[in-house]
Amino acid sequence: METLLSIIFIYIFVENFVLQRFFGICPFLGVSRKMETAVGMSMAVIFVMTLATLVTWLLYTYVLVPFGLTYLQIVTFILVIASLVQLVETVLRKISPTLYQGLGIFLPLITTNCAVLAVTLLAIRQEFSLVESIVFSIAAAIGFALALIIMAGIRERLEMAEIPEVLQGSAVTLITAGILSIAFMGFQGMLTL
Amino acid sequence: MQPKNVYLQDLTRGLVKENPVFVSLLGMCPLLGVTGYLFYGFGMGMATTIVMIGGSFIVALLRNLIPPQVRIPIFIIIIATFVTVIEMALQAYQPALYEALGVFVPLIVCNCLILGRLEAFSSKKPVIRSTLDGVSAGIGFTIALVLLALVREVFGHGTILGPDPEGAIQLFGPNFEAMTLFAIPAGAFIALGLLLAVVNLLMKRFNI
Repeated sequence: METLLSIIFIYIFVENFVLQRFFGICPFLGVSRKMETAVGMSMAVIFVMTLATLVTWLLYTYVLVPFGLTYLQIVTFILVIASLVQLVETVLRKISPTLYQGLGIFLPLITTNCAVLAVTLLAIRQEFSLVESIVFSIAAAIGFALALIIMAGIRERLEMAEIPEVLQGSAVTLITAGILSIAFMGFQGMLTL
Repeated sequence: MQPKNVYLQDLTRGLVKENPVFVSLLGMCPLLGVTGYLFYGFGMGMATTIVMIGGSFIVALLRNLIPPQVRIPIFIIIIATFVTVIEMALQAYQPALYEALGVFVPLIVCNCLILGRLEAFSSKKPVIRSTLDGVSAGIGFTIALVLLALVREVFGHGTILGPDPEGAIQLFGPNFEAMTLFAIPAGAFIALGLLLAVVNLLMKRFNI
C-alpha cells in the first residue's frame, strides 16, 4: 500500500512526466491552447495509457519473456498501442457516441504521443508488478493531464498579453513551461521509490 | 526550378529553411530530454538520423506496394525495426551513451519528425530523393540538438564534451560557478524558448 501511494505521489508531482521527464511534449505544446481540448486530450491519454500498460505488461511477461523474444519489445509495444488506439476508437464510436465526440479527434494523435510508449517501457524497466504498473500508468497519466490543464489555463490568459514580437508563438510557450517546471521542482527530493 | 538542382534542394531544405525543430517544432521530447551534454545531444542526433535515412529509403522503395489504408502502421513497424537495430548497436558499441540516453532511445519510434517526413515525402517520391530528404531532416535535427546542448552544457556545467572528466574541456577557470538552471529540466524549456527567439530574430533579419 505504501509503495502504491508513493508511486502515485511521485509520478504526479515529483517526476511529472511532462515537466520533469520530457515525455509527451508534442501534445503538451500542441493542444494546450484551449482548456476544452486540453481536458479532452487528458481524458483520452488517461484511458489509453492505462489500457496500454495492462496489455503490454501481460504480453511482455507471459509471451515475450518465456519465448526469449524480448528484443521485439519496441516493435510489439508500439503495435499494441497503435492497434489499441484504433480499437478504442471503433468501440467508443459504437457504444458511446457522446464520449466519442469528446475524445474522438484526440485518439489518433495518441499513437505518436511518446508518453504512452514511455510508460509501458518504464513499467518493465522499473520491474513493477502488474498492480504497481497499472497504478504507475494512471499516476503518470494524471501527471500529464495536470501539466496540460495548468498550461492551458495559463495560455488562455497569455492570448491577451502583449508579447515581444520575437517571442511570440512557441518561444513564449516554452519559457512559460520552464517557469512551470521550476514550480514543480519544489517537490524534488520529497519522496523516492 | 531546374531539374538538375532537385537533389541539392532535397539535401539542403531541412537544414535551415525547413528545419524540423526551429520551423516545425517536431521531435521536442528527445530534444529537451537528452541535451544536458553535447555528447548526448550529438549521439541522439546521429541515432535519429540513421533511423530517418533507413526509414526514408525503405519506405520510398516500397511506396508502390504499401496499401494506403494501412500505411501508418507499416511506417511505424519500419521505424521500430530500425530503432531496435540502433538500440542494439548502441548497447554493444557505446554502452555509456546508451545508459545516459535511457528510455529516449526506444522513444525514437515516437519522434513525429520521422513519421512526418515519411508520410509527407518518402511515401510519394523516388528512392534517391527520399534518402536525401532523410539525410537533410536528420542533420537539421542534429543541428538543433547540438545547438541546444551547447548552450546548456556551457552555461550549466562550464564544460564542452563532458560529462566524462577526462575528455571534458573546462572552459572557465576554477572560479567558475555553474548556472545550475540550465542543467535542470526547467532550464531546457527556457533555453529552447530563448534559442527559438534568437532563431526567429535571425530569420527575420536575413529574410530566410
